[in-house]
Formats: sequence, C-alpha cells, structure tokens
Amino acid sequence: MERVLDVKNLKVYYYTSKGPVRAVDDISFYLNKGETLGVVGESGCGKTTLGTALLNMPTPPGKIVGGQILINGTDIVTLNENQLRKNVRWETIAMVFQGAMNSLTPAYTIEKQMLETLRYHRELDEQEARERIKKYVNLVGMSDDVLKRYPHELSGGMKQRIVIAMALFLEPELVICDEPTTALDVVVQAQIINLLKELKEKLHLSFIFVTHDLATEAEVADRIMVMYAGKIAEIGTNEQIYGEQGPMHPYTSNLLAATPRLHQKVDKLSFIPGSPPDLLNPPTGCRFHLRCPVVMDKCRTEEPPLKEVEKEHYVACWRCYNDE
Amino acid sequence: MSDVILELKNIKKWFPVRRNLSQMIKGEQQYVKAVDGVSLQIKRGEIFGLIGESGCGKTTTGKLIMKLMDPTDGQIIFNGEDVTYLNKEELGKYKRNVQMIFQDPYASMNPRFKAVDVLTEPLEIHGLGANRAEREELATKALEEVKLTPPEDFLGRYAHMLSGGQRQRLATARTLILSPDFIVADEPVSMIDLSTRAEILHMMKEVQQSMGLTYLYITHDLSTARYFTDRIAVMYLGKIVEMGYADDLIDKAKHPYTKALISAVCEPVSGKVNQSKEVPIKGEIPSAANIPEGCRFHPRCLYAKPECIEGGDPVLEEVEDGHFVACRRHREI
Repeated sequence: MERVLDVKNLKVYYYTSKGPVRAVDDISFYLNKGETLGVVGESGCGKTTLGTALLNMPTPPGKIVGGQILINGTDIVTLNENQLRKNVRWETIAMVFQGAMNSLTPAYTIEKQMLETLRYHRELDEQEARERIKKYVNLVGMSDDVLKRYPHELSGGMKQRIVIAMALFLEPELVICDEPTTALDVVVQAQIINLLKELKEKLHLSFIFVTHDLATEAEVADRIMVMYAGKIAEIGTNEQIYGEQGPMHPYTSNLLAATPRLHQKVDKLSFIPGSPPDLLNPPTGCRFHLRCPVVMDKCRTEEPPLKEVEKEHYVACWRCYNDE
Repeated sequence: MSDVILELKNIKKWFPVRRNLSQMIKGEQQYVKAVDGVSLQIKRGEIFGLIGESGCGKTTTGKLIMKLMDPTDGQIIFNGEDVTYLNKEELGKYKRNVQMIFQDPYASMNPRFKAVDVLTEPLEIHGLGANRAEREELATKALEEVKLTPPEDFLGRYAHMLSGGQRQRLATARTLILSPDFIVADEPVSMIDLSTRAEILHMMKEVQQSMGLTYLYITHDLSTARYFTDRIAVMYLGKIVEMGYADDLIDKAKHPYTKALISAVCEPVSGKVNQSKEVPIKGEIPSAANIPEGCRFHPRCLYAKPECIEGGDPVLEEVEDGHFVACRRHREI
C-alpha cells in the first residue's frame, strides 16, 4: 500500500530551564493512503506534540532534534519556513487543533474569515473564492446561510464543522485532528465522527485522529497507535486492539480495562496505580515499568524496542516478543 | 429521620435576559429557563446521577442545592426541613452538611495554599477544631481517608506539586473534613486521566460507604454514571425526562432522548469503523431562552405527533417500579 506519511526516529524535545523534556522520543510509524490512524494516550504522553511536529511547527521551546518526517517521500524536517508554508502546511497536511473552534475571530463573519485564509494561499478572485467556500461549507453538512453569521451565533458542533471545512479547502491529503470531539456533547460528537468518516470516503483523505479516549478511537481509526510517556507502546489494527483477543501491551490492556462501557455492568473498574513519569527524567528501561503489573527485572534496565509481533501489530514490551 | 435526605419540589431557576428599549417600554421580560420545574427525591446513602448535555441545567440544579443561588420558584427540603430560603446563620450550618466537589481540580484550589491550608481553611471558617494542632490532626485524618498516604508527605505540598488525580483526592478530602451528609460532585472526573479516573471513582465510593454519605453525581458521561450511581435522572432543557435505577435506565430506556444519548455513546469494541453511527435524533438543542411549546423535545424527536405539541408538557410518571418517564408515546416507541 502507498504510504502518505512515514516517520522515522522522530525526536521532539522541549528545552526548559530544568533541561530537555523528551516529549516525543524516538518514534517511528507510517500512515497508508486513505487510512485513519488513531493516536491515543493520556495527557502529557506527547500526542499533541507529535501532531504539531508533523507540520514541522513544534510549539516553542519545542524542537525537532532528530529523525525524518517523509510526506510522499519528501523529508519535511529539512525544508525551510518558506517551502513549508508554500507546499506543506495546509497544502498537503492540515491540522484541526484542539479547541480550534474557539479560535474563530469573534468580530468577523464566518465567510470573512474563511475568505481571508483562502485568499492568502490561493490567487482567486472574490467570486471564485466565495464559490469554493460555499462548496466546502456544504460538504461539511451546513447550508450557505451560516456564512453570514458570527461565531457566537453558532453552536459548538457547527463551529467544529467550520474549522474542519477550513482545514480542507486547500485540498490536503492528510488531516490531523487533535481531540476534535472532546469538548462536544455525545450526540454532536457522534455527528462529527460520522462527518469525518464521510469526508474520508468522498475526498480520499488520510486522517490522524488524536484523542485520549479509547472508545472514540474504536469508532474512527483503522489502526491505533498507543503512546506512553513519549514512546509508542503499541500499534495495531482496530481488530487487534479492540477485538476478542485484546491488545498485547499491558498499558493498552489496562487502559482498556479502565474504560467504563455503557452496555456492560461491572462491579469494579480496574485502574493503573501511579501517574505517568516526568519526561525531564524518564525512567530507565521500559517507561511503563513503574506502573506495570507484570514487570520483570529486564524491564527496569533495558528499553524494549518496538517490534512487529504479528502482521501490522507492533509492540514495545519484553513480555510480548515471540522469540523469548 | 426519614430515608429521603434531599427533596426538590418543582424547583425553577429563570435568569432574566437583558432587555432592549422597546421591551422595556412594553414591560416585556424574557427568561433563560435553566431549570424549569425539577422534582426529585434523593435517598440517604445513595449515589444519584444527574445526566444531560451542556446547557440542560444540571449544573444549575447542583448550584441550587448548594445554595449558591436562590431558586425562582419551588422548594428544597433537606433532612425534612425547608431550606429554600435561609438566613446567614442557617446557611452556614447548611453548608457544613452539604459540600461540593468541583470539576476542575486545577482551578478550584488556591495556588498559594499548601494542602494543609486547603484542608484547615474550611475548619476555621466553620469554627471547628480548638486550635491549629487539632485542625491539622483532622487534616491528616482526611488525607488518610482519601488515600493520600503517608499524609505527612502531602500536608506541605502546594496544588501544583500534585497530579490531577491527587488534586481531586485533596478536593474530596476538603469536602470530607466538615463531615457532611451530602456531597454534590459536579463532573469530578472529567478532567482526570483515564487510567486514574476509575481510581478516583473507586475512592469516592469507598468513602461514601464508610462514612454513609449521599452523592449527587452530575455528569455528561453515561458510562461512568452507570458504573458509579444507583439511580440516574436524565435532564433535557431544564426538566427531567427520565429517571430510574441506573441499570434499568440504560438497558431499558424509554424516552426517545435517553435512547438517542445511549446510541451516541462510543464503546471500545471492534468492528465499528466502517459503519456510520445511527443516532435517532434531529437537529441541535434549542436555546433555553426559547423553549419549544408542548413537549420540549418534540422538534428533535423522530416520533413526535401533533398531540406532543398541543398537549402541553408531558408529566413525569412512574411507568414501572421506580422508573419514571415524561413522554406521551413511550409505550408505542
């Protein structure tokens, strides 16, 4: 299958006065064309850092300190700002930021802010630009009359649709959505999920869907990448993670067991004791070993590599490798 | 003492909307009807869940119970006494019995306070504990109660030195220190990481059982509500539309709104990626300033008939043992 994105040994560190915080530490993964990759993890695991790094715009004091980000074969880490702006950001890879729906300018109508963005990137006369905006607003399931309205007149779900339309109207191939449904009510959340699935079909898009919610991921992602403390714990297909057999990494399976399910009555939910490690001083060995219920001696000293244990199923855990 | 600890009788909270000149001259006044006639009884020792989408009035209901605002109409009965309107002295006494855990453990704590100050401040306000040493002893006990052990390690820490889960434990300790009977918990775990969320709920349940507390658990999350609560009430636009035992309500939902909510919840199981989600509901929630005629859910209901619009507000009636529904057509759908 064709790969839109191939990330190799990516490292993103935040340089603070106390030393480097290793938010994303040597991770490698890929994304196939037309696929949705779900990135799951708790707060502080590096998932948002990864998202912004993929556009080569880490939030200061963050820096990409190593690795490659290949988009259709081009390494964007080596490109300069001008090239990035012209060919990469929003042109081939777009991002819907967390809480982006609150970043719409309150003093502009929806149309005005969309026009401004569009005409900055494309030399279109006003008529063409308006047509294009209309097309995309309709595409995300809204009628033209929202264009004349101000952000405060729209509900959260409608604003989220506008922000998605704005991510799409330069026709990118890959869209990163960072917690696009977190602030929304369940019913609206379901509608946005349906919309994203529909857009993926219609426009042949690839998605990276970042969230902390394993349950949402089960509904949207073809493959799921679980992050813990700046590292990848496990990557698997939807079936491998959520199916009968269950995930392999103890972090994933414990996180899944801690997720309450609506249609299943349990007397006691399990949880993972402790909290994620400080990334200024990550623990030696496996980063999960301090909280792991099945920790071995080896885990404390040696870091487990991410290995393919069955087709498309990658795990970083000493207990899961076939050859031991 | 009866087994009902708290009763709301047709409680209402209407917020006046700012008027324009012509409305002022005509003497018109519009209201945002945040809570529009809620009646419920919470039994001693139970965990009662209040569920709804944002803007449905669940937090306002919690605030009314906390007496952070006065209701427009209706009555609040606590331990058999009418507490709807209280003077300052009575209010102080009431607040010792009714405490609140807030949603955001980052914002609800003074950053300049150490844990020990966070815990002893309510004691000072309510004049409990003879001296500082005694108050600190109570603080230590409260920390043990919420499993922040050893307490000596935590007493001297500031809020920023605690993780989200530890902060919410401290917030719980702060409410427990006054030994209240009733705790309003407004989305206590929605900002906590998934891996520790269950741990906090578990701790809250243990404390509830060991101290015989009653909780009102306000949330938008049906899955944790099913796990955590005994009974659940679902609110829509300021009114309760369905109420019942947690398992009944979710397994045998009767109101079309509850059914829609349940179908919208994501579940961590495989095989759903390639289908879109069917949520049997139309449009978006209307503004509470402009509540639809008749059944307030009818514009979004797939089963609405003319009688739902013309017949006025449906009454919340008991249709099965302990299961209440406010829908005319619940038997047919």
